[in-house]
Amino acid sequence: MADAREVWITGVGIVSCLGEGIEAHWEALGKPSTADTTAFAPYVVHRAVPVDFDKQIPKKGDQRQMEAWQRYGVYAAGLALQNAGMKGNADLLAHTDMIVAAGGGERDGKVDISVLAGLRTANDHGAYLNQRLMSDLRPTLFLAQLANLMAGNISIVHGVTGSSRTFMGEEQAGVDALRIALARIKAGQSEIALVGGAYNAERLEVILYYVLAKCLTHDQHSRVWERAAAGGGMELGTLAAFLVLEEKQHALKRGAKPFARLTSIESDQVNRMPGAITAALERMWSGVAQRVMPENAAILSGATGVEPITAEERAFLTQHVGLAVRATGTHLGHGLEPQFPANIALAAIALRHGHLFAPADDSGVERAMDAPLRQVVVTSIGHRRGEGFALVEAVD
Amino acid sequence: MAKTDQAGRPIVVVTGMGVITSLGAGREDNWRKLTAGESGIHEITRISTEGLKTRIAGTIDFIPVEHHSSPELSERLATIAAEEAIAQSSIGSRGDFPGPLFIAVAPIEIEWDQREELVRASGANGDLGYADLYRAGETGKFRHVYERFLFGSVGGNMAERFGTKGSPITLSTACASGASAIQLGVEAIRRGEASAALCIGTDASVNAESLIRFSLLSALSTSNDPPQGASRPFAKDRDGFVMAEGAGALVLESLEAAQARGAKILGVLEGCGEMADSFHRTRSSPDGKPSIGCMRNALNDAGLSPEDIDYINAHGTGTPENDKNEYLSVSTVFGERAKGIPISANKSMIGHTISAAGAVESVFSLLTLEHQRIPPTINYKIPDPSIPLDVVPNTARDARVTHVISNSFGFGGQNVALVMGREPR
Repeated sequence: MADAREVWITGVGIVSCLGEGIEAHWEALGKPSTADTTAFAPYVVHRAVPVDFDKQIPKKGDQRQMEAWQRYGVYAAGLALQNAGMKGNADLLAHTDMIVAAGGGERDGKVDISVLAGLRTANDHGAYLNQRLMSDLRPTLFLAQLANLMAGNISIVHGVTGSSRTFMGEEQAGVDALRIALARIKAGQSEIALVGGAYNAERLEVILYYVLAKCLTHDQHSRVWERAAAGGGMELGTLAAFLVLEEKQHALKRGAKPFARLTSIESDQVNRMPGAITAALERMWSGVAQRVMPENAAILSGATGVEPITAEERAFLTQHVGLAVRATGTHLGHGLEPQFPANIALAAIALRHGHLFAPADDSGVERAMDAPLRQVVVTSIGHRRGEGFALVEAVD
Repeated sequence: MAKTDQAGRPIVVVTGMGVITSLGAGREDNWRKLTAGESGIHEITRISTEGLKTRIAGTIDFIPVEHHSSPELSERLATIAAEEAIAQSSIGSRGDFPGPLFIAVAPIEIEWDQREELVRASGANGDLGYADLYRAGETGKFRHVYERFLFGSVGGNMAERFGTKGSPITLSTACASGASAIQLGVEAIRRGEASAALCIGTDASVNAESLIRFSLLSALSTSNDPPQGASRPFAKDRDGFVMAEGAGALVLESLEAAQARGAKILGVLEGCGEMADSFHRTRSSPDGKPSIGCMRNALNDAGLSPEDIDYINAHGTGTPENDKNEYLSVSTVFGERAKGIPISANKSMIGHTISAAGAVESVFSLLTLEHQRIPPTINYKIPDPSIPLDVVPNTARDARVTHVISNSFGFGGQNVALVMGREPR
């Protein structure tokens, strides 16, 4: 790992059920969960704290052009740019690259239900659908549904225009967005990049996907490692996380302070036969094992709670690796695309504080860690496909 | 011959190409029709067009799929294009492609057919609500719908089918998506991460809702009769783009890897440029700065100057605004030469294949280099005096073409330009 070019995390922006920004998250981690069990009952949803969007998206007109997932993303991107000290720096933003992990698909649920109700009795099915969509779809809603329009809105609101790429594909998109941004900077294809994503779980049409998959837990909040007995499952969470990745010399030159070093990211897509996750983790772990100093290292797991993959990850982490583990899904819920960027963000925040937050689990997986924190391994086993693995380290 | 380019990076070459559009399946059919000035645009029969302002598109109706949906047909088209590209390159072995996948896919959402299926399964007769859809979902009988409409499904399945290596990257940069997929492949090879990459753009999203969405933005041509005459890039009477379906696939390799296995080199991916636009969600900056910047970035990346370009494969959508802006950008980048460089719009014949366009049009750009023949801009009956360009009007033309630039501009401020050459320098 003797990379000539080192990559620092110089900006972190995060919004979730725990709060907005770095300090709010640091305060809330390790405290009892804030999951909501009534709003979308029987499903458990980690709802975002109320956000004053005006603070990062000053024009109401801009806010109106977006749906909630985009507003959260643009807001978190603004926070990251702000604490990287680059907000409003037009020259810098004009050469800042951007990779966003996003899905989209927020719809006007009321319109959908009303059209569906009408379709049941429509004489001319096609004509009825056309007529209703022509009259009921808001033109701006289209733009609020397109995956790449979160990035588009970040360009408009914050002026990031070096480049703009949007990756789709649930957890995998978040992992690869960071992996590609990191690889580009290491290879000299980029100097500085804004990377992240956002997901809004507080929508009926969005939750529907995971109802169809039957991979959601019901009724009561539970901690990630405790769900296996009841068959496992996810608790969705609204989440937005953005990071500024920057080449070390570039950061030094402009006086930017690092939260942490992003040392490596690996990703893969293995089949999900029994043992495949273990083998993938084994392979990715072997890439960093030599470098990791167990007494000062911890693991932030992106485990979803979906079984049997969570059990496989749990067994690997506890039996094989033996570092202190935290499953952030217990706190944040699961936010798909931004989950991995959020976990990298939390790793960076913990490294800046120099210690790990308290365990939130009595299943035996999470144990207290008192030693100074110098390294964090972040895992991502996508609920359906895609695996990711990162090493984040303290900067001296 | 040098294996690295002017910047010391591995030279990236093309060893396989595949394409499918409303003109037909495969390079040969497409090239023959494209250079004959044929249009693939027709009346839409897939859905009712009752009450719609636009009743035409370049749908692909000759490929049967069992449960039609946008991702289902997209994946099928991508598969056909990838099979053709891999066969031409003779790379790897069946189901074992020796490199990563970068695939541009249209945004994915559960569609009306699936929603209605859920309503029927719920048995709800009276008031309807999401609770009814959830009840149907909780039966577990609709897991296939979830599988099909995950954002990563097309890319995930394609990676498994072709045995590409590592995590497949599914991306969307609106109308620039196909070009972004190619750019990501070029970058991976230049970094030395891979010696080959499979880059695909695919789109099969013509359905009532997407037609209406674009229609509500006043982006579509409403010249329904005759359908073949609707797409009129650069003409004075242009009135919008025509939605279309298709897929394009490229096998990229480092020159070194291609030569080592004795592969035939079909062209060179010489440069990629991009620049985002912060002006507006659907409109380009009136000063053209981002589209000018992305073309210049692509030329710089290729180590070429505007004088080296012999042909411009235009974004050329046929919307009043795009074509005017593209003229502004081209005339700024190429100066006095702008009037003399042939520039043509494939979309006049195949329509706008949206997420696939950058990949489809790269295949056509490479075929232009291979055949030394430039496909025309058809339906160019009334020149627009404010766009004084040589659009290769209506008839294909033989020409000496060594370097091509292909433009892709999209909603959300996406701008990508690719520079392609005939052979390694």
